Order: sequence, then structure tokens, then C-alpha cells
Amino acid sequence: MTAAGPWKMESQRAYFGRALVELGKREPDVVVVGADTSESLRSLEFGKAFPDRFFNLGIAEPNMISVAAGLAAAGKIAFAATYSVFGSAHTYNIIRQNVAYPKLNVKIFSSHAGLSVGPDGATHQMNEDIGLMRGLPRMTVLVPADGPQTAKCVDAAAAQQGPVYCRFSRANVPTLTSLDDPFTIGKAYVMRDGSDIALVGCGLMVARCLQAADALARNGIEARVINLASAKPIDVPTIAKAARETGAVVTAEEHTVVHGIGAAVASLLAEDHPVPMAFVGVQDVFGESGEADELLEKYGLTAEKIEEAAHRVLKLRGA
Amino acid sequence: MGDYSDELIRNLRRKAVLLRKHIIRMTHNVQSGHPGGSMSSTEIVTALYFHVLRVDPKNPGWANRDRFVMSKGHACPVWYAALAERGFFPVDELLTFRKINSRLQGHPELGTTPGVENPAGAEGQGLSFSVGLALAARVDHEPWHVYCLMGDGEQDVGQTWEAAMAAAKYGLDNLTAIIDRNGIQQEGRTEDIMPLEPLAEKWEAFNWHVLTIDGHDFRQVLAAFEEAQRTKGRPTAIIARTVKGKGISFMENKIKYHGAATTQEEFRQALAELDALEATI
Repeated sequence: MTAAGPWKMESQRAYFGRALVELGKREPDVVVVGADTSESLRSLEFGKAFPDRFFNLGIAEPNMISVAAGLAAAGKIAFAATYSVFGSAHTYNIIRQNVAYPKLNVKIFSSHAGLSVGPDGATHQMNEDIGLMRGLPRMTVLVPADGPQTAKCVDAAAAQQGPVYCRFSRANVPTLTSLDDPFTIGKAYVMRDGSDIALVGCGLMVARCLQAADALARNGIEARVINLASAKPIDVPTIAKAARETGAVVTAEEHTVVHGIGAAVASLLAEDHPVPMAFVGVQDVFGESGEADELLEKYGLTAEKIEEAAHRVLKLRGA
Repeated sequence: MGDYSDELIRNLRRKAVLLRKHIIRMTHNVQSGHPGGSMSSTEIVTALYFHVLRVDPKNPGWANRDRFVMSKGHACPVWYAALAERGFFPVDELLTFRKINSRLQGHPELGTTPGVENPAGAEGQGLSFSVGLALAARVDHEPWHVYCLMGDGEQDVGQTWEAAMAAAKYGLDNLTAIIDRNGIQQEGRTEDIMPLEPLAEKWEAFNWHVLTIDGHDFRQVLAAFEEAQRTKGRPTAIIARTVKGKGISFMENKIKYHGAATTQEEFRQALAELDALEATI
């Protein structure tokens, strides 16, 4: 296996903005709404390219989501882009009633997810959105691992009929994939093979899973690393196969462990193939100000913590 | 005011009686639902579906139809009654309202009920949804018009005013909002729960063209819609002064009938009153 990294660090928002413009060129029915954060999200690039199809609705996210729903009801593919705290929790019932229930073609793309927002602090560090959105019937939930995958999510979301929620980071993240890699909603991607334990991550934690796998390999433990970019629907066959073949699973997410991908993987494995598990993520607490890496370190979202969790789970499983 | 023939007005008044009978039967049949706010909206909905809206019951998804958005989703009995009488689905189906396995949900579901254009239930989302529809028509340079019916209780909701600002920002003259100003919400008089007045001045301050009418007078209702269509450069808000429970003596202006069905005795009396009214038209 190749060693993890060093990787190029890139902005998911930059890929998002470019992908939207390219999509807009191909697809005249795409429209974009924003809420005074479009420059930050890079969705403003779409607004500059297609001013008649871009609407900045001010600091009024409930209105933004319902306007997107109305546009979609009239046949548009409506992208709503803002920070994840506003595009999920702040607008939850609007999304529920106006987007998920009527199964409208609204694509909510949220940056600034998780602790890695950094100095803005806990109010802006959305660690609960994956669970909130997974709980909505008819909703698809995507968590791209890097910039190129964020671009792929834009195309996949537009191509799929119905609501999509996609969350990504403010911080630059390691580029693990390329625009030439396949991406299908509902599929998990094996980033590294191994049969001793499975490390299932999403978002920026996928790179940390790969680093943990390197460290485990130095102790003779071969970890399978799975990128769970599709948090709903989850690729049950790939996850169940990993559980059967390794007998031990660690999940890693920049999200609360209360109702994130770890809980989702645990509940599906409990029915399918129960194995010892450990959950790396935010432990039911709010974050605080600090630099992204400091926060990920302080709250235990590191390769070292994944490695420790792997050893714990392997002990539970028995050798 | 437009020149409307006596025959047109008589026909609309007959339709309104018919819709009110359906509202009473539907809510009585299931012993739930919201008759009061359905009755206050009846002339507005009747005027739209039987004179104003360009819709095709045989082709509910016709791309260039006008859109009617019912933001006050609890008043869906009057909407379902109008849709059925207009031919979107069989009139017999009205008595499945709020029952298991029905296409007529307690609050409107988009995609299930032919002719229903928006999901509604939680208040205050419909005007925003209408702004999205109106923007789509503008993007496509299509001539269809969006009509959004709100309750006055919905004027409490912050999102209503977010939408009001957005509609004015984009000068959406293809959007008309109607506020059913019956003065009563679930727990009491609007002015006791959360004072709304001066309401017309509020909408004017948000850069809307504002009309205040008697929402039960068909000539005023039709004239207001004509003026809204003529008004260019900004959206129009029609404040329709109405009576909650209008048309049934014991329901009129009673807070209770926001969300209460009739007893057996009240049911008989209500239908008898509507029959008597019909005989005078």
C-alpha cells in the first residue's frame, strides 16, 4: 500500500463554484439562490456567469429554501448554497415541509460544516447536520471527502431527481480523488484495501483514516479504508462486506457521534452483521474558537485517535 | 371597478354556496379540520377557480398555467372543494378528506392531489414558495401569474416578511398575495394575540401595491385581481376583509370554529342555512 500523503491541500468551495458554472453552461434549468454568503461559498461565480439565474435573498434562509422549492416546483434545478448551520438546523422545518415532503428538486450545498470552521466558534460549527438531514424521508445526504469529490457531488445532485443535502468544509482539505474518478450517489468507495479492520470515514476524516491505516500497517494491521461520501443512502453491501471480512469497524466523522454516520453504520450492521465498533467524532459537545487543526486535535478527530480506536476494537473482537 | 354581469356574479355566488356545503360536509364527516378559515376564503377561492385562473383540470401540470398557492394550508377544505367542482378530481372523493389512504390530506401535499400546487401546514412558507414560482416564470419569460392566499395569522411569521422583501426586490408584478383578514387565529383575535395593524401600511412600506377590499363581495374581489394584473413593476397585496365562518350564522366570527367541526344538530342547521341562501340567489 502506498503511504498516506503528502497531499495537495485544496478548497472544496473553489471546486463547488467551478462545478456550478460548468453545470450552468450545460443545463439551462439550473438556478442558484444564496443568502449573503455567496461570495464565500463561491456560488457567486455562477451569479456572475448567469446573472438572470442567480438570486441573493439576503440573510433570510427560511425564505431562501422556500424560494428554491418554488423554483423547483416550476421545473428548475434549484441549488441553495450557504453555511451549514443555516442550510440545515436553522431551516429544518422549511426543508422538511417545502423540500423533502414534496420531493422537490432542491440541492442544498452547505460549506462550513464541522469544527474546522475554526475561529468563528461553536455557533458556526455545525456538527449535527448529517443526522438532521438523514432523518428526513426522501432526502439524500452527501459528504464529499475533498475538492474533486465536491465537484462530482454537484453533477450527481443535479442528475438525480429530488432533494439533496451536501456538506463540506471551510478549511482546505487534502485532495484524495480526481475529477476522473467515478462518483455515484449511494456508493461507498474503498480507498485502501485491508482485511484486519475497516475504517469508515467521511469528509476530511477520510484522509485521517488513511493516515491511521498507515500507522496500523506499521504494526502489521491491514486496515480497509472506506469513504462514505454518500451518508444516505448508505452503500449497505460495501459496509456489510467490510464488516464480514474484517470483523471490526471504526467510524470517523467531523460530526456528533450521537446521530452521524457512525450511528448509521452501527444500526445497519446491528441488523446485518454485528461487529465490535468504535466511533471517532464530536462527543456530544459544542466546539469553540481556535484554528481548525487545533480544534480537530482537541476534540479527538485525529489519525492517532482513529488508530487508538482501532486497537480497542481489535481487542474487543479478539485476535 | 370592472363591469361584471349580474349573471357572472350570480353564478359565482351559487358556486360559493356549493363550496361552503362541501366544507361543512367534509369537516363534519371526519369531525376535524378547519371550517372557519375555509369559509372566510370561499369567495376569494371561488373567484380564482371559476373566473380568474388559467388552469386546465384535464392537464393539471400544464406548464403555462397560473399558479394558486394556498399558504394557509389548514383552509384546504375550500381548496379541495374548488378543485373537485372545477373537475380536477371526482366530487365524491371530497368525503375521503383526512381519512386513511386518501389523496386529500389534512394539510396540502404536493404531488398527490391533482391541482394542489404547494405543500402547506406550518404557517408562513407559502409566500416564499410563490416568490420562487414567480421568479421561475420570469427566468423563462412566461406570462403566467402566481396567486398566494395567506391567513392573517401568518402575518405573525417572520418568513412572510422575508418573502415580502424578496418579492419587492425583484419587482414581481406576476405575483399577487391575498391576505384573508378575518381577524381570528387559533387562540383568539389577531389584535390580541399579536397586533397586526396598521397592516396595509406595513405592506406599503415593504414596497407592495396594496388594495383593501371586502373579501366576500365578488365585484370587489374580481376588480382587485384585475388591478393586480394591471399593476406593473411591483407585486400586489390584496387585504381582503372577511368574516371567519362566513355564511353560517352560528359560526361567524367565532374563534371556536377555527378548528372545530359541527355537531349533528349544527350540521343540519348549517346545511339548511346554505339551502335558504341558495334559494335567494
